Amino acid sequence: MSRQFTPKVVTANALLEGDVVWLTADDRWTRDIHEAELIEEEAHGQIRLIEASRQTGTVVGVYLADARPGPLGPEPIHFREEFRTRGPSNYTHGKQVEA
Amino acid sequence: MYVYNDFDQAFVRERVAQFRAQVARRIDGSLTEDEFRPLRLMNGLYLQLHAYMLRVAVPYGTLNPSQMRQLAHIAERFDKGYGHFTTRQNIQFNWPKLEDVPDILDALADVEMHAIQTSGNTIRNVTADHFAGAAEDEIADTRPVAELLRQWSTDHPEFQFLPRKFKIAITGSPNDRAVTRAHDIGLRMVRNDAGEAGFEVIVGGGLGRTPMIGKVIRDFLPQADLLPYVEAVVSVWNLLGRRDNKYKARIKITVHENGIDTIRDMVESRFEQIQPQFGGVDQQILAQIEQHFLPPTFHPKSVDAYEAARLANPAFRSWSDTNLAPHKAPGYSIVSISLKKPGATPGDATADQMRAMADIAERYGHSELRVSHEQNIILPHVQKSNLPAVYQALREADLASANIGLISDIIACPGMDYCALATARSIPIAQEIAVRFDELKLEHDIGPLKIKISGCINACGHHHVGHIGILGLDRAGVENYQITLGGDHTEDAVIGEKTGPGFSADEVVPAIERIVGAYLSLRHGRGETFLEAFRRVGIEPFKTALYDSEAKADAA
Repeated sequence: MSRQFTPKVVTANALLEGDVVWLTADDRWTRDIHEAELIEEEAHGQIRLIEASRQTGTVVGVYLADARPGPLGPEPIHFREEFRTRGPSNYTHGKQVEA
Repeated sequence: MYVYNDFDQAFVRERVAQFRAQVARRIDGSLTEDEFRPLRLMNGLYLQLHAYMLRVAVPYGTLNPSQMRQLAHIAERFDKGYGHFTTRQNIQFNWPKLEDVPDILDALADVEMHAIQTSGNTIRNVTADHFAGAAEDEIADTRPVAELLRQWSTDHPEFQFLPRKFKIAITGSPNDRAVTRAHDIGLRMVRNDAGEAGFEVIVGGGLGRTPMIGKVIRDFLPQADLLPYVEAVVSVWNLLGRRDNKYKARIKITVHENGIDTIRDMVESRFEQIQPQFGGVDQQILAQIEQHFLPPTFHPKSVDAYEAARLANPAFRSWSDTNLAPHKAPGYSIVSISLKKPGATPGDATADQMRAMADIAERYGHSELRVSHEQNIILPHVQKSNLPAVYQALREADLASANIGLISDIIACPGMDYCALATARSIPIAQEIAVRFDELKLEHDIGPLKIKISGCINACGHHHVGHIGILGLDRAGVENYQITLGGDHTEDAVIGEKTGPGFSADEVVPAIERIVGAYLSLRHGRGETFLEAFRRVGIEPFKTALYDSEAKADAA
């Protein structure tokens, strides 16, 4: 039996600002993880990763990050991914104020 | 300080123009990220967790007031109003936009600054004693040699495809404030039996995942041989250094795998080969550079006003007790401006604070500023009679923390608040420790104690050589902090010993309190520093304090 697949989101940084972005189901890059497509199947995840990685004119450093469903949409699991939805903890800079 | 000649000006401007075109080609799609990445790294531009980061070189940590003001301008115009001074005496801007970077580089070129070779597999900014040219214990100001090394290493044709990055540190004082034993090459000025000044050459030091104290490859190198000798070292490593595994590519591994004697033989033979080719041109250039580093004219003046202020103002007395260092000229002091106010981010300065420091340096400090590897700013030459005014001006800029060398003067890398490589955060840990010991009002009683925090194994926060080192790791998806004790970054450099299992973020401050509590109860009076006490008793009493009380608390 294959091991349980942890759902994923496709994430990257925007080319111009360097800001964290996530891929939506309708192929947009959003700055809000809740709008991201939650990928529940491994093969679909690989296809979405390849599609996203081709968009080198808009984003940089595409990868799949673990996520889980939440009341507002996908949520991060690992603390690193949580920080990426928020910004640094020493100043109120980044997404926590620019949402 | 050094003033660019026509060649330097043209070179830096040309590099900016090249990068401007490269950025344009990246944005219009002509360059892929794979093609662009090495180009941006050559110009100090990283992509971090939340944004790009631009690392600007501060050669050997020396700045003049107009440069500091330009950094303030860049922080306000292109960033979020602050900059972060690093353990390699550079400054980082955390929020630049890709399109703005060529303009930032042009603004830097306006004040003879650049971001060249601040990343990538290059010879990086040469770091130096932040007290150079001022220290009482110094043999000579080695910044002219550092500038010579900067010019030599910039775009050196032989070293365009190094196995990995390469870092050089230099000090003109036997008391090492430049961490020379933890660099790829460390140069420490010493005198030989005949009383002549030269360099002890150390190779193969480094921190990171395989920490090593550098080994002496030459006890005494005459200054005239320095450049060909350094070139010989880099040249030997360039051939031997491993390109198959980036974790084994640094010269510390090359020295470790081949042995210092083999490396020495190869370096000496390469040195003999290339030394005649220099033909003394390096010494001619050095002589020209030295003209830019002539010390200011020092005027001894009465210190009565300074002594009176010390008697009248306890806050000033406390600050002058901790933040001043002996100057070679009578009636002068070296001032360390702490960027470590408890609760603030170590090494950060706002644009207003940068301007205030520039103004103070111009008015009272012979227009010189330094960045220290301990992430503070130094005014190397201040007349003691001006210290009360300097202190007042620093207070107005919220820069008067009296904590240099004390427990809240913490080195911390940016950690996972900014860095894409980090495995845990560093800054909040530093903030919490500093705030806690400020509340306890114990800091001055504890005395000299260096805490150094890294947010990953790469050790930008020098945790291995902290008296107390803290390393942030990811343990099964939770931030976890490993503590080391007894590290030392000086000429007697030592890698700290691990205490045992790590601590969660919540447990770090209580753990540090237990370590400090153990020190206070076992020291032989206030005269015995934390490091001296550690060396006398070893790690066991500290382990007991750290873990036995924890076990008791669990059992209770």
